Amino acid sequence: MKDVKCECGHVNPHGTVLCEACGKILDEEENKNHLLDMRYEGSARRSQTYNKTIIDKIWNFFSSVKVGVWLIVITLIASILGTILPQEMYIDLPPEVYYQQEYGWFGKLYYQLGFHDLYGSWWYLLLIALIGISLVICSLDRVVPLYKALKAQRVTRHEGFLKRQRIFGVNHHIDDNDLAIVKQHLLQKHYHVREENGDLLAEKGRFSRWGPYVNHVGLIIFLFGGMLRFVPGMYVNENLWIREGETAVVPETGEQFYLQNNQFILQHYDKDKNKTFEKALERAGDVVKNYQSNVVLYKRSGKKIPGETPKLKKVKEYKVRVNHPLTFDGYSVYQASFRSEMNAMTFALTNKKTKKPVGELKINLLNPKEKYDLGNGYTVEILNYFPDFEFAKNGEPSTKSRVPNNPAFVFRMFTPEKPKGETSFVAIRQTIEPFGNNTYKMAFKGIDTKNVSGLIVRKDSSLWVIILGGILFMIGVVQGAYWNHRRIWVQHKNGEVWIAAHTNKNWYGLKREIERVLENTKLDLPKDQFQNEQTDKEGA
Amino acid sequence: MKKQRLIMRTFILAILVAAVGYTLYANFMKDHKQRVEVGSQAPDFLLTDMQGNKHQLSEYKGKGVFLNFWGTWCPPCKKEMPYINNQYQQFKDQGVQVLSVDIQESELAVNQFAERFKLDFPIMIDKDKEVMTVYGVDKLPATFLIDKNGKVVKYFTGELTENMVREFMEKIKP
Repeated sequence: MKDVKCECGHVNPHGTVLCEACGKILDEEENKNHLLDMRYEGSARRSQTYNKTIIDKIWNFFSSVKVGVWLIVITLIASILGTILPQEMYIDLPPEVYYQQEYGWFGKLYYQLGFHDLYGSWWYLLLIALIGISLVICSLDRVVPLYKALKAQRVTRHEGFLKRQRIFGVNHHIDDNDLAIVKQHLLQKHYHVREENGDLLAEKGRFSRWGPYVNHVGLIIFLFGGMLRFVPGMYVNENLWIREGETAVVPETGEQFYLQNNQFILQHYDKDKNKTFEKALERAGDVVKNYQSNVVLYKRSGKKIPGETPKLKKVKEYKVRVNHPLTFDGYSVYQASFRSEMNAMTFALTNKKTKKPVGELKINLLNPKEKYDLGNGYTVEILNYFPDFEFAKNGEPSTKSRVPNNPAFVFRMFTPEKPKGETSFVAIRQTIEPFGNNTYKMAFKGIDTKNVSGLIVRKDSSLWVIILGGILFMIGVVQGAYWNHRRIWVQHKNGEVWIAAHTNKNWYGLKREIERVLENTKLDLPKDQFQNEQTDKEGA
Repeated sequence: MKKQRLIMRTFILAILVAAVGYTLYANFMKDHKQRVEVGSQAPDFLLTDMQGNKHQLSEYKGKGVFLNFWGTWCPPCKKEMPYINNQYQQFKDQGVQVLSVDIQESELAVNQFAERFKLDFPIMIDKDKEVMTVYGVDKLPATFLIDKNGKVVKYFTGELTENMVREFMEKIKP
C-alpha cells in the first residue's frame, strides 16, 4: 500500500485514479475509456483501499453508498409496514385484544411481530441509527479526498486528462491576443482565473461541491436532536387531567410545580349574536368557540417528602386556551381535551306509600360520608359503595375501578317507623330490596357533574437543535442545487491550443458560457464528446 | 499515517456506537419505567393512616418493611390482603412492619374494606398518587420488600399466596 508518485512530481494516495495535481490517469483500467469518470475528481476513496483490521472492515461497510441506499430502502419498507394498521398509541383497547378482534389472524400476526409499536421499536431505531452512521462515514470518506484533490489541482493538466473531458476541442492557429480576450471574458463571467506558463485554469462555484456535505451535516444534527429527546429532561410530552377545584403536580417537573384548575369553560357560537353566520350555524349545530381552563400555577417551596402536603407559593394565574399555552420554566401547558365526570348524586328518602320525601342527601362520589343525618330521626348509612359497579363472576356486587363511572350503593335507612333500619341496593336505574318490601326508598333526584380539563405538558429543549439541523439541510440543498462547479482549461499542447471544460451539472449552461467566452476570437468551439459518442452509437 | 487513520476511525466509530447505544438504552428504559430498582435505597414518603397516625418510611430503619400498593376494586388485592394480615400477626414482633398504600380512593371504601377483612396493619391513602409515581407502580397489587437498612430487596407485582407472603417476610426479618 504505497503512495503513487505521478510523473508531474505530485504524490498521490494509494488508489487514486487521476493525479490530484495534473490529472494524469494513474489507473490502467481508466486509460481504456474514452471519457473520464470525474466523480470525486478520481480521488482515492480510502475505504476501498485499506481493508486490514476489523475497524477498517466496519468502516468500509458503512462507506458504501450501496449499503446506505439499501438501509434507506429497508427503512422505507419498514415505515410503510407501520401504516397498514393503526399504531398502539391510537387504539383504546389493550393491543393483545384489539388487533386480533379487529383484523383477525393478520392483526394477531401484526401484533406478534411487534409492528403495533413499530416506530418506537428497537430495531426501527437501530435502522435509523445505521443510516446516521452510514451518512457520517460516507460523507467523511468522500469529502476529505475531494477537498484534497481540488486543492492540489494545478493549472497545467496532463494531455490524457484534457482529452478525456466531455467538452474538448483543439485549435491549430494560435493568437496570443485571443488568449488575452478569453481571459478577459472569463474574469467578466466571475471566473477565478489562474495562469501558469501561459496556460489557463478558470474555475467558479467550487463551493457548490460542498452542498451535499453541508446537507449531510444538517441531517446528522437533525438526528442528534432526535436522539436528545431520549435524554431525561430534554423532552416532555405528558397528559395531565385535573378536575375543577383540584390541584395536581405537573409531571416531569421534579414535583416542583403544581397546577390548580379553577374552572373549565366551554363556549359555543351564538347564532343570535352572530347573525352573519346564522344559516351556517343552523346547519352545523353547536360550534365550539372556546375551550378554556382557568388555572393557577404554584411552585413548591422547601423540601418535601412524597405523600406530604406541599407548601405552595402562587406563581401566576392563567387562562389556558387552545393555542394559548401557559408557559413557565421551559414548559408549556396546552388545552387539549376535557370530559365530564359524575361528582355527586342526590337522593330523597321517600315514603313509598305517601310518596312524601322526608329529606334529601347529596353524596360526594369521590369522598362519600358513612352516615347522613336527615333530622327528625331519619338517618341513612352507606353500607357499601361501588364507584364503578358491576356484578363479579361469582355474582357479588363489586367495582371495576375507583372512578365513579357507574356508582352503586347499599343503603341502610333508619326511620321512626323502622328504627332497626331497612336495606336497599341502589344503582343507576336499578333498585333491589334484598330483605323484602321496604317502607322507604331512596328516590334518585339528580347528578352533579364536574368538568375535568385535559391538558398536555410539553417541553422540548431539543427543538433548537432540530431547527438548526433543518436550516443547514436546506442551505446544503440550495448550495448544491443552485450553483455549479465549472472549470475551463485553456492550455498549450504540442503547439496547439486545447480547450477542455468540466462541470458537475448543467452542461448546456457551460456550453453557452464557453460560446460567450470565445466570442470575438478565432478559437473554435470545443465539442461535447459525450453527445458525439451517443450519436455515434445510435448511428451504428 | 496509517496508524493515525486507524486511531481516527476507531475514535469516530466509538462515538457513533456510544450515541446509538445510549439511544437504544434510553428507549428500552422508557418502556420499563420502574423507577425504584432492586438494591437501591427505597424513596422516603410520609402518609397518614386511617387512624390519623403519620408514617414515614425512614422512621422504620432497623425494621423490615413490607410495602404493599393496592385498591379495594382489584380482585387479587382482595385475595392477598387476609394472607398479609395473617402473616403480619406472626412477624410483627420479629421486626417486620406492613405498610399498605391504597391508590386514590375514598376513605369510606378503604374503611369498609379494612373492616370487612379485619386488617390490623396501618393503611394509608395515596391521594395524589405521589408515592405510587415515585415508586413507579403500574399494575396493582405491587409489593416492595425493604430491608432494615432501607434498601429494596425485591419488587413483585401480582397476587401473593400465603406462602409467598411468609417467604417475603422471612427475607426482610432483621
